[in-house]
Amino acid sequence: MNTAVAASPSPTLTRNALLESLSRILTRSAAILVLIMLGGVILSLIDGSLPAFKSFGFAFFHTESWNPVTEKFGAAAPIYGTLVTSLIAMLIGFPLSIGIAVFITELCPTKLKQPIATAIELLAGIPSIIYGIWGLFVLAPLLQKYVQPLLIATFEDVPGLSSLFAGPPYGIGVLTAGLILSIMVLPFITSITRDVFETVPPMLKESAYGLGCTTWEVVRYIVLPYTRTGVIGGVMLGLGRALGETMAVTFVIGNAHRISHSLLAPGTTISASIANEFTEADGALYTSSLIALGLILFIITFIVLGGARLLLLRMKRADGRS
Amino acid sequence: MNDDTCLALYARRRRFNRLAMTLSCGATLAGMVALVWILATLFARGAAGVSLDVFTQMTPPPGSSGGLLNAMFGSLVQTLIATLIGTPVGILAGTYMAEYGRNTKLTSVVRFINDVLLSAPSIVVGLFVYEIMVQPMHHFSAWAGCVALSILVLPVVVRTTEDMLLLVPDSLREAASALGAPRWMVIQQVCYRAARAGLITGILLAIARVSGETAPLLFTSLNNQFWSTDMNAPMANLPVVIFQFALSPYEDWQQLAWTGALLITLTVLMLNIFARTLARPRSSH
Repeated sequence: MNTAVAASPSPTLTRNALLESLSRILTRSAAILVLIMLGGVILSLIDGSLPAFKSFGFAFFHTESWNPVTEKFGAAAPIYGTLVTSLIAMLIGFPLSIGIAVFITELCPTKLKQPIATAIELLAGIPSIIYGIWGLFVLAPLLQKYVQPLLIATFEDVPGLSSLFAGPPYGIGVLTAGLILSIMVLPFITSITRDVFETVPPMLKESAYGLGCTTWEVVRYIVLPYTRTGVIGGVMLGLGRALGETMAVTFVIGNAHRISHSLLAPGTTISASIANEFTEADGALYTSSLIALGLILFIITFIVLGGARLLLLRMKRADGRS
Repeated sequence: MNDDTCLALYARRRRFNRLAMTLSCGATLAGMVALVWILATLFARGAAGVSLDVFTQMTPPPGSSGGLLNAMFGSLVQTLIATLIGTPVGILAGTYMAEYGRNTKLTSVVRFINDVLLSAPSIVVGLFVYEIMVQPMHHFSAWAGCVALSILVLPVVVRTTEDMLLLVPDSLREAASALGAPRWMVIQQVCYRAARAGLITGILLAIARVSGETAPLLFTSLNNQFWSTDMNAPMANLPVVIFQFALSPYEDWQQLAWTGALLITLTVLMLNIFARTLARPRSSH
């Protein structure tokens, strides 16, 4: 390049430089927009929930009553319902997911690996409203007729457990919602667990097999300890999904604002309350209380999902991939 | 240890292994059964109501026959507009993360936040859009629904765009730069082309995700029983119609809900499978 060109750059070069900075600025602002959106969500939720927090204060968190007529609102019942349904989902979904991941990585013939993994992942593709309609019309009647009476009869005389499975079998309720959620979190936990299981160096596993370990012992003492961080990350990711799931739960939970000892009784969750009541909420305080519920949900899921991502990031780094 | 106890231990370990592996097979079976059961129910109950009327008639008042035309139209329009808003922003953001801002602090923060937004509860997005659009405008509108859906499109597209651009080998970029192409041209002519299948996969996955979303539409675009093309008015959409009809006591409404559910699931699963087959040759290595 001679000096004359450098001194007065050709129009093409100027245009290129312009387009270059334009494209850099454009893409950068798009990336920043993602951050702004998160900030916007949090700010708007805080703004909307201020009236509720102002008039109820800290009591909002531990008040059970939810009365639109007297305008007394408390978040205890929805928070309780959200936590309990998610806990049930995890108790059932976690062992199942680990089982599926073990099957796919250790037992499955290579030919069947991809089809089975895809089938499980398709569960994640089914819209949540489909789970809801299926739960209400297929699963709930089945539970009401066969499973719940059996549970009530079995645990009738067991102290402690009898109150968990008490009351008439409605079909819908906290347990049904937890069951549906456990199916819904299955693909998310399975896909992460399977991914991290596959990062275990084959050498480690083969050494264990060489020592005479059974498949179970290899999974229990080699694979799981090696991938612990990743597995916990996957579980938390599933938990985040379960906490925020709306439509499937709304169909089968029964929408009753009370804390009941029995898992068979109807209850409510944060997201189900918002979905059911928001459009009918009259009065600023009612709307604001529902937005406050949304804020609580967002904060809980943000912490859980953020923690999950951090754990998975650490796992990935330890694996030397990033 | 004598031989007997050794053999007993060996037998116990084998028994335990067999038990654990049987449970593992059982878990996989349970997962498959759930999938097949849900799909079979959908076909059994939804297929009964599929007729020409479903595609040509409006949603009916209870007790009379009708179809889902206005709901399908609404879903189509809102999903399309949401994709048109969300995709360009998502691709630009993903481009920044993979090309200009690789390894910068901003990129890792955006990636983290984006991953959280990816699985954040969609009903909260509905609340957000209600706060910023519906309340100031004092009425529900299809635009608000589009914005809510586009917020859900964005993280999916950002994620796949970044991943796919990172798969493009750096030697391609270097070769193009060595020919004198400026960076924007390298990205446009080389990176986007090489990653095209992956980018399309991301968009398809995003469409699949939002076309079944109900929660964010409940209080943004609401619902509309009649044919409406007015973007400033409430607009019908398939998921909310299914929600409303399924929970109603009327049998013909419930039948329409099942039919709608079948249509929506088929669309979403087909998009999913199509996106996967498109992505496979590039991502499987």
